[in-house]
Amino acid sequence: MIKVRGLHKQFGDVHAVRGVDMDVTAGEVVVIVGPSGCGKSTLLRCLNGLERATYGTVEVDGVDLSNRKTDIDAVRAETGMVFQQFNLVPHLTVEGNITLALRKVLGNDKKEAAAIAQVQLEKVGIPEKVDAYPRQLSGGQQQRVAIARSLAMNPKVMLFDEPTSALDPEMIKEVLDVMLALAEQGMTMVVVTHEMGFARAAADRLVFIDHGQIVEQGDPTEVFENPQEARTREFFDQIL
Amino acid sequence: MGATQAHREEGATHPEKAHDADSRWETFPYWILILAGLVGYLGYLALFNEAYDVAWTRISGGIWLTLRITLWAFAISLSLGILLGLGRIAETDHNSVLPARVAATIGRNLSRTYIEFIRGVPILPLIFFLALVIIPDITDWLGVSRQTIDEFWRGVIALSIIYGAYIAEVIRGGVQSIPRGQMEAGRSVGLSRLQTMRSVILPQAMRAIIPPLGNDFIAILKDSSLLSVLAVADVTRLARQYSSGSFKFRESYVVLVFIYVSLVLVLSFLLTKLEERMTRDRKGER
Repeated sequence: MIKVRGLHKQFGDVHAVRGVDMDVTAGEVVVIVGPSGCGKSTLLRCLNGLERATYGTVEVDGVDLSNRKTDIDAVRAETGMVFQQFNLVPHLTVEGNITLALRKVLGNDKKEAAAIAQVQLEKVGIPEKVDAYPRQLSGGQQQRVAIARSLAMNPKVMLFDEPTSALDPEMIKEVLDVMLALAEQGMTMVVVTHEMGFARAAADRLVFIDHGQIVEQGDPTEVFENPQEARTREFFDQIL
Repeated sequence: MGATQAHREEGATHPEKAHDADSRWETFPYWILILAGLVGYLGYLALFNEAYDVAWTRISGGIWLTLRITLWAFAISLSLGILLGLGRIAETDHNSVLPARVAATIGRNLSRTYIEFIRGVPILPLIFFLALVIIPDITDWLGVSRQTIDEFWRGVIALSIIYGAYIAEVIRGGVQSIPRGQMEAGRSVGLSRLQTMRSVILPQAMRAIIPPLGNDFIAILKDSSLLSVLAVADVTRLARQYSSGSFKFRESYVVLVFIYVSLVLVLSFLLTKLEERMTRDRKGER
């Protein structure tokens, strides 16, 4: 589903991603962990073209993102992205947020779009908030709307960029539960997170990144309990 | 909000005076009374004092012209400012087609040149330059009579060209005040840059733009007085004409100042109301 080869990303002098090869198969849940500033978010953002690779290639469902001729909007419409800061549109209602791209990109009419929004809101457990504005919701509810917004586009892959890092502790679970359910339904997911509980419960593969490179990867329990690399051990010692 | 309310009510039942209660005489807005007195006195002279009758009749005839200049110049400079402001920050993706990239590059650089040049010259010299050099050059070049564009329109066009540059910066500031994540969220669900701009960024930027735009509207009203140098018969020109013919300087300029200050105060009041309405449903927003 996703094929990354020799990916480098430089921001001026900062070399954020230094040669990453990675494959994600359909239905796989990959959790990316690593110290802050290690390049894990940049890697994720390269997967839907929010950042452009300096060198190397990123393919999503057979489409090469680094090719200038690629219709990046079409790729993004099939790739859900959930942000740390939710990034809901404040002047639109929950329904407006979810239906915006359905109407503008997929050309659904108002009624169809509203029906899809309702289905997705039920999936994330807050159908009653359809007419609320983002500011009237808690952080956890906002993030669930953001997930519903991405799911509404019927994506082939969901990318999560530290989806619970901006949440108060008591709201983390409601968001993780939605993500767990999604993983169980077979969604292909790439998740950057510090939630090791989620990694343990849902991940098919754990990828540890440091200094822009993949240090170690494998079955989450294996990597947690028996890390092969010193840097991995050090990292888990600090956070667990 | 709710918590503060509750505390205030609790405090109200407290017998002694709250330690942090404001001393009302210190916070009272005296300036409103003083200003009202001042403007009221000027208005009394201009409207009810017989000695000012002729000055008022002669000069107030230009109010409508002053307002027409202001409205036209604001409308044109706003359109120009939106084009220039968005042009100044035009961006493309690495996947954009070549013509779009060329257009964005040209747009950014032309807009920047325009804005920096116009803002680098004081308004009065620019009005002379535009109305007496550039616009005649253009009519000559087009091979039409210089009077095709009369003084009124030369003045309006000059003022619009100038304020277009100032408003462009307001528009740019408004758009850039919207967090980057909003554009990224729009793009991530598959909207194009233009679609995201129109449906996500601009509606939010509007709120940030309204107050400084209001300031520019008032500034245009005040600077329309500079067009009096072009033989545009606005209130300032009429006041100068009447005073130099009759030597009634006091009467002329009391009336003139009264007209401007009352127009500006009424406009400021309306703009404050508009801002309140625009920001009311914004409270508690992230």
